[in-house]
This record gives sequence, C-alpha cells and structure tokens, in this order.
Amino acid sequence: MTTTLASRPPAPKPGRPATGGRQRRRALRWLPLTPATALLLLFLGGPIVYCVAIAFTDMQLTGSSSTSFVGLDNFRHAFQDEHFRNAVVLTLVFTVLSSLVGQNTLGLGLALLMRRASGPVRTLVGSLTIAAWVVPEIVAGFLLYAFFRDEGTLNAVLDWAHLPSQDWLYSAPIIAVSLANVWRGTAFSMLIYSAALAEIPREITEAAEVDGAGGWRRLWHITLPMIRRSIGTNLMLNTLQTLSVFGLIWAMTRGGPGNRSQTLPVFMYDQAFLKALIGYGTAVALLLLLIGALFAAVYLRLLRTEV
Amino acid sequence: MSTVTSPSLPAPSTPAAGQVAAPSAPSPRAARRTPTERRRWRRRVGVDLVLLAVAALFALPLVWLVLASVDAEADLRVGAPSPATTENFEAVWNEEITFRPMLNSLLLCGGATLLTVVCAALAAYPLSRYRSRLVRPYLLTVLFTTCLPVTAIMVPVYGLYVQVELIDSLLGTALFLAATQLPFAIWLMKNFMDGVPIALEEAAWTDGASWHQALVRIILPLMGPGLAVVTIYSFIMMWGNFFVPFMLLLTPDQLPASVTLFTFFGSRDSVVYGQLAAFSLLYSTPVILLYVLIARRLGGGFALGGAVKG
Repeated sequence: MTTTLASRPPAPKPGRPATGGRQRRRALRWLPLTPATALLLLFLGGPIVYCVAIAFTDMQLTGSSSTSFVGLDNFRHAFQDEHFRNAVVLTLVFTVLSSLVGQNTLGLGLALLMRRASGPVRTLVGSLTIAAWVVPEIVAGFLLYAFFRDEGTLNAVLDWAHLPSQDWLYSAPIIAVSLANVWRGTAFSMLIYSAALAEIPREITEAAEVDGAGGWRRLWHITLPMIRRSIGTNLMLNTLQTLSVFGLIWAMTRGGPGNRSQTLPVFMYDQAFLKALIGYGTAVALLLLLIGALFAAVYLRLLRTEV
Repeated sequence: MSTVTSPSLPAPSTPAAGQVAAPSAPSPRAARRTPTERRRWRRRVGVDLVLLAVAALFALPLVWLVLASVDAEADLRVGAPSPATTENFEAVWNEEITFRPMLNSLLLCGGATLLTVVCAALAAYPLSRYRSRLVRPYLLTVLFTTCLPVTAIMVPVYGLYVQVELIDSLLGTALFLAATQLPFAIWLMKNFMDGVPIALEEAAWTDGASWHQALVRIILPLMGPGLAVVTIYSFIMMWGNFFVPFMLLLTPDQLPASVTLFTFFGSRDSVVYGQLAAFSLLYSTPVILLYVLIARRLGGGFALGGAVKG
C-alpha cells in the first residue's frame, strides 16, 4: 500500500483542493510511513523471502554458480541427520530448563518474595538481577564461562561447602548454559511478575487470609489465576527469547564439547559457515523461524484476548 | 493499566520503586509488638535470608568481574586481588584494544539508533493520528515481527549481503541493526505518541502548520521522556548485540567492542583474565549508565504500560 503511495506525485500546497486533490492529500498523509516500511521490507522481509527460497537449494559457500533446486532434500536430510535431532533435543532441554523452569519460576518466586522482604534487600536483589540482565551478552558469556570453569568460582564455592566439584563445561555443558541463561534472563520475568502482582487488589488476598487460606492455597487459588495472562505472555516471550540465544552459548562452549550444547542456532551457524552448507543451514534457519512464528502467533492471540 | 508486555521491553526501574507494597514495618519497640507483628517480623527475616542467598548467586559472577579487573594476577575464581592495581586498565587503555572498538561501536550503534528513531517517529505519526482500516493490521504485523527470532535470519542475511556486496560494510550492518530494532521502536513510539493529546496539534494546524512542523515542534517535545526511552533502549540493545556484527563485519579495524571482546576471549589459552575483565567493564559501563538513566526517569510500570496500550 505505502509503496504505491510513495510513487505518487507531490500534492499541491494547501489552499482549497478539488476532490481529486483532497484524495491525493489523504493518501499523502501516509507518506511518513515509507522509510520505516522500506527498511523493514528490504532488511527483514527480503531475508525472510530469501530464506524460504534458498532453503530448497543446495547452495554452498564455495560458489553460488553450482546452486540448484533440490526440493525438500534439505528438510529430509535434517530429519534423518542425527546431529540435527541432537540439536532439537538440546534446544528443548535448553528452553524447558532455562526458560520454562528457570527464568519463569525463579522470576515469579523472586517477585512474590520481594513483596514480603524489607526495603534494602528488595533493592539489592532487584539491582543485581537487573545488572545481570543489562550486561552485554558477550560479557555475560565471559563471566559465566569463568564461573563454571573447572578452576572457576562455582567449584570454589562447592569446595568450600565440601560438595563434590566437577568441570561443568565438560560434564554438563547444556546444564551450564541453561543456568547461564537463567542468570541472564530472570530479571525480565521478575519485572513482569512484579508489575502483575502489584495490580492484584489487596482486599482480595486479605479477604482470603481472613478466611484462613494459607500461603500456598492463596498462591494457587488466587494469585496464580489472577496473573495467568501475565504468565502466558511471559512464557511466550521467554521462549522466543531463548530460542534465539546464540552469543551466550557460543561464548561459553561453542556448542561443545563435541556437540553436547549445540542448540539449533549454534547448529545452524555450524552447518552454514563452518561446514559451508548454506542451503542446509538456511533450511534449519527456516525451521527455527517457523517455530518462532508459531509462538509469535500464539502470543498475538493471547494479546488480543487481553487488549 | 494493562500488564501485557511487548517483547524485550525496556525495563522500568528496580521493582522496588514504588510498585511493591510491603507490609507495614513492625514497631521498633519490641515490647509493644503484638504476636501477629512478631510473626510477621520473623517471616520477613526468613524471606530476607532466602533472597540474600539468591542475590549472592547472582552477584558472584559480577563480583568476580570487578575484582579480577583490579587484580594483577587474576584467575577464574572470586578472590581478593593479591596486589590491587590499575595496571589491567592501563594495559587495555589504548587505541588498539579499547578506543577503536568502542568508537566503532559508537558509530555503528549511534548511526543505527538515529535511523531507527527517525524512522519510528515518522511511522508512528500517521499510525497514531489517522484512522484507517490498515492501521491495525500494520501494527499487528509489526508486533509479530518483533517476536521473530532474528538469529534465524542471520544465515540468509549473510548470503544476501554477500550478493549485494554489503558485507563488511559498517553502513550495511547499521542498516540491518536498525531494521531489527525498528518494529519494537515503532510499537513503543506509537504508544507514547498516543499519550500526547491531539488538541494541541489541531491548534497548530489552524495556524497553518504542516504535519511535519506539528510533529517536530509540538509532539516530539511533548513526548520527550518517551523519545528518550526509545532512543536509549534501541542503543542499549544494539550496543550489546554480538551476532549481527560478528556475521556481517570482517575487517578487524571495523569490529565493534562486542566482537573484539569475543575475539580476545576466543583465543583462550593466552588470555590475561584481568585485562579482559577490565575491558569488559569499560565496554559494559555505557549501557549500564544509560539504563540507570531511563530507569530513574521512568520509574514504576510506566514503560511497561507504554509498551502495550492501544
């Protein structure tokens, strides 16, 4: 729509325009939308279309001249490729552990506890979690690499508590990167839940308290149902966020050792660039994009029932 | 106010800021405490202890960063710096390691932020001011785009950039960064602009002002804090972005700080951890300061609300 508007000749300056002029002027009102739309179409729309196109080819980095259409081969190959299946499983583990269980539950827990805590403690916890969230991704990757390394802080703490230490990045790399993602992303859930909890009218919880409902029952029967929409939104956004984590994992483990922390984005990068299989890598990218689009669509539906 | 949020929304200040109503403080005079008060007090101490334990876990990596940066012989463990020193900072405080990458980051992210904010402000104007059947689908598409995992399209973007010869160009990278940030910026900007009453503009129109005069002279000044949030937030997101410049820029001289940091730390065997920590701190400082700036300015849930309404 906007592109056709953009190509129209400029409207005559004010005065009293005739009917045709007025129409042109009405169309021109949408002109300011063009730069943004052009940028989005060229740099986001373009790559997505291109993605769909080359996912069905055997394009390689070494020379695009030999590229040919291979139909669904890339996808067929993907589902038979044990490395791809490994990446899917690891992505699931990573998402469930770090986003569903970690960020979401810990964020809710912190938000609930902070309502009962004393002021300074609340400020301290808030600042620390948010600092972990604001620090750039690569710095976070570096910090948590140091934290989980064999000679790192975590093992120092475990030693001090007389618990068995281990080389986390070697023995449980996917757990380590999941915990790293929890460290980094919990502040977001905490902020969403704090805002949601602040909107529950006090009378409701107080009434339940008077009626003798204990803490857990109040949580289960009152608090959670009242913030269920925030829970939905938060889960959706966390999942989308977690699906596209690359830098953190790349900085900490590069998907290794072997491919034991190779989630889909890392696998995609590995295939497309290190193995130079652009076509195959793009097919993986397309699958990732589709999963993301699916979640995004659900998110929009959630919003629609709400706004 | 709705609590729905848009993706990766700018954070409001620490949730401590006025949002969370704590139970009233117990009286300092213990003798006059009722049993309920005493129970509440005990419960609060318990909650505080749990939270402090969590806070310690969140703090450890950050504490390590700060301590290692002033430790002459930093290793990977948290520990008091053996001799405290500024030599790590001195070692990285030069053109090669700090200034050029930071300047590159500034050029890249500053340029992209400028582009994002200008495009978003222009786009938000008609979306906020005029009625059309197309506004809602446009906004929904924008919101949908915000949610797409940008990581996924980096491979096709790379392929495309190689073909149109935008690879290894700061301009090309800035354009792509701007495009990725744009959907959320439009969404935020539109919602902030909705908050400016249209009556003031109507007065300006009567005086013969055109739409761009109204936008620049009346609306944007009135939505100053909103504009600041969109600008700073876009900048923070781009400053921390690693994957986009990592893929699209090749020449070492052009790399922004996020990528050079990774390159140093990628050659792990010969890493001087203290220097790396010092550089990480320098690189993180601008975004942390900027974050504090918007968080202070827009305490509470304002930014959250701004992200969704409409």
